[in-house]
Amino acid sequence: MSNDPIHQFHVNNNVDVPLGELPFGLGHLAFNDAALFMGLSVAGAAGFMMWAMRPAAVVPGRAQVVAEGAYSFIHSMVKDAAGEEGVKRFFPFVFTLFLFIFAANMLGMFPYFFTPTSQIIITATMALMVFFTVITVGIAKNGFKFLKLFVPSGVPWYILWFVVIIEIISFFSRPLSHAVRLWANVLAGHLVLKVFAGFVPMMAAAGGIWILGSVLPLTMTVALYALEFLVAFLQAYVFALLTCIYLNDALHPGH
Amino acid sequence: MDVEAAKMIGAGIACIGMGGAGIGVGIIFGNFLQGALRNPSEAPKQFGNLIFGFAVTEALGIFSLLIALLLMFT
Repeated sequence: MSNDPIHQFHVNNNVDVPLGELPFGLGHLAFNDAALFMGLSVAGAAGFMMWAMRPAAVVPGRAQVVAEGAYSFIHSMVKDAAGEEGVKRFFPFVFTLFLFIFAANMLGMFPYFFTPTSQIIITATMALMVFFTVITVGIAKNGFKFLKLFVPSGVPWYILWFVVIIEIISFFSRPLSHAVRLWANVLAGHLVLKVFAGFVPMMAAAGGIWILGSVLPLTMTVALYALEFLVAFLQAYVFALLTCIYLNDALHPGH
Repeated sequence: MDVEAAKMIGAGIACIGMGGAGIGVGIIFGNFLQGALRNPSEAPKQFGNLIFGFAVTEALGIFSLLIALLLMFT
């Protein structure tokens, strides 16, 4: 196939310094696309927030309204999902995660740009970070009582053992679904865009009346592009929301 | 059977799972709308719950899509 829809997810090494033969495949010191665009997302998110908040006016300008809106949006989300204590401990973490994923998704919407969140290793890193934060904070704060997370109250004893098994399985499958949700949404969205965009030259190449018909997949591509912007925001929000809900379990393990 | 053909058929079968997730997401948003129209003043407070239910349901559909993609492209 001339336009391979998978090709856009290929990671290129922009700078590649071979270090010779090392164990664990650590033979290269490379600066790849993923690192470049993650750096750009961080720079973009941090740069925008600092630039927008620089005047710190009482009557905010346009950029400051956007920055303050994003802040208070995530603030109220953390407060609803994890309570006052969650805001005190975890708001910077959740806000950083949200801004980073949002910036990375939005940056990936530019044609020919690389999308860091379309790589499972990157989403899995963030999901495992949340997972181990939940375990560490949960045990540090609640000690042995953290295990109450797996034992819901008010369940009769003859069914409790089964519920406990289900709770444990669901707890340990959290990082998997957390990582795969963001990754697969972004991956599938970009794949669909590429496939529909591929229909346009395919139809136009058929010649004759089909050249007029190629407007249809083009319109569809534009519509899907708009949908992808929604998905880019929604998945960043969902990732941050689930982070809050998991962190709430660490703070208040009883059901 | 040819392995490539079997992979394609498997990918198609895996995508059936997305139909179930589609039904689930439809139920979530439909019921939210129903509740929101009955009591509009309380509706914005449930936005987080709405998105949480959507995310959890949608993940299952995404898993089956993932299986289909893995079958097709690896």
